[in-house]
Amino acid sequence: MDTIIAPGTAATFDVARIRQDFPILSTTVHGKPLTFLDSGASAQKPRAVIEAMTRCLETSYANVHRGAYALSEAATEAYEAARVAVQRFLGAAEPEEIVFTSNSTVAINLVAHSYGRGVLKPGQFVLTSEIEHHANMVPWQMLRDENRGIGLRYVRVNDRGELDLDDLAAKLADGKVGLVAVTHMSNVLGTVTPAAQIARMAHAAGAKVLFDGSQAAVHRHVDVAAIDADFYVFTGHKLYGPTGIGVLYGKRALLDAMPPFLGGGDMIGSVTLERTTYAEAPARFEAGTPPIVEAVGLHAAIDYVTTLGMGAIEAHERALVDHAMAVLPRIEGLTLIGGAQDRGGVFAFSLDGVHPHDLSTYLDRHGIAVRAGRHCAEPLHARFGLEGGTTRASFGLYTTAEEIDLLTVKLTEARKFFA
Amino acid sequence: MNEAASPSGAGDIADLYSRTLRELARDPAHQGRPASFDATARGDNPMCGDRVDIYVSLDGERIREARHVARGCEICQASASLLTALVPGMTRAETTDLGRRAAGIAKTGIGDDSNDGLRRLSVFAVVHKFPSRVKCVTLAWNALDAALAGVKETSSE
Repeated sequence: MDTIIAPGTAATFDVARIRQDFPILSTTVHGKPLTFLDSGASAQKPRAVIEAMTRCLETSYANVHRGAYALSEAATEAYEAARVAVQRFLGAAEPEEIVFTSNSTVAINLVAHSYGRGVLKPGQFVLTSEIEHHANMVPWQMLRDENRGIGLRYVRVNDRGELDLDDLAAKLADGKVGLVAVTHMSNVLGTVTPAAQIARMAHAAGAKVLFDGSQAAVHRHVDVAAIDADFYVFTGHKLYGPTGIGVLYGKRALLDAMPPFLGGGDMIGSVTLERTTYAEAPARFEAGTPPIVEAVGLHAAIDYVTTLGMGAIEAHERALVDHAMAVLPRIEGLTLIGGAQDRGGVFAFSLDGVHPHDLSTYLDRHGIAVRAGRHCAEPLHARFGLEGGTTRASFGLYTTAEEIDLLTVKLTEARKFFA
Repeated sequence: MNEAASPSGAGDIADLYSRTLRELARDPAHQGRPASFDATARGDNPMCGDRVDIYVSLDGERIREARHVARGCEICQASASLLTALVPGMTRAETTDLGRRAAGIAKTGIGDDSNDGLRRLSVFAVVHKFPSRVKCVTLAWNALDAALAGVKETSSE
């Protein structure tokens, strides 16, 4: 009898075969095979995504929601099918809780605008944290600075790069926080935050909670119902899908109570010269022609990762993280930033005597793509005394242990080169 | 295997980090905040965190001395170092012109040996093969221009 391997287990995760699904991974850079370690910024795309988008453009493209002809009906069907795919991917109760935006940044700005300005009351606070990407910090600062009486608090991060939950509790204690907005996984430290626990704490203090899942949704199985998230955002291009599409999940009752964000076509009930009534969610928040082809691409990306299995991807990446944690700290002069117990495949580090930009150029000439700078997280770098920036290697489902080994060899060489 | 689309060239790493450039980056001659100065400005590259402070003392309209405090990559430090060596004796109009020429050399890769200053700035010609690094050359020049214009802060953007 054949051995039966359950789909989505690590045993079936054949990374060499999976890499063949990504055309760009077989290209060279400066004559060297591409070693792509910048998936945290944007992931590469499997052929399934590229082909689904091409097929849509070649065979079933038209504008959605407004044509009573076959092509428009096909496009509408494909667009709404993508919404259902996202609903299932996140474990949301109904597709109407899924709003398509253009990326995570826009999704957070939507909440800052509609929930922040439309639902939060003067005297209330938004509580974010020191480890956020600017996308989950600047919109809240803008809200604070409008003199609406809405304040802003930050949860501290400890030296390991974990959210200080005692500090979170302290900052929730007076009951004045209306919304907690924190990351589900840091794009610099790799820290995965205890989302369910944060949601419980927020709810007990009368606050709603938003998670920035831009990194987490790529690396872990996310279940918004299990976490009890009120809002959850992620972006298509980090999940092996196209740029130009992002997702806001919001609990139906919350979305229903929120005023529109942008005004225009597709988000209305009826319009007269005097007044406009607005559509129900999610249409209320999707003014203008939406990212139709991108929704089809995101759908294909979700199908791709769920066929591999989020559990299998997580197991593969956990093995990579363990490997990186074993080899990177052995490199002389290398300091990893943060060391959270629960972390994903994002490693920011400094290499003694080598500036991140010089290091990044050096690695690029060996085909290795990493990121240098502050990774849209200046306050986090200031917190760790790294105003000059760091170098960051981030993994995707196609990353291999051999690539991490190559990185370690080239890091050691770079240190000699710049000595 | 196909070569992925790459920008203007496959500049070798050793070409970029030439001995001249690396010596400039480490040259302490014009480093450090002076006790007194007539104008200063800070240049920030918000993307990478590089920061150059330029301090100038003036004799009338001409620069008497320029010093820098650079927190940045080797190219950024080398540029600040060469700038502070070259600009004494110049007016703002002259340094603005020289800064434009330095940027031009870095962007085009075309060196200029019409005078000693330009010849020395031609060390940055290789940077055009590394397009993301042109800003590392221009940051110090932007800061000098801001200082002479009486502006306190500028950026690479």
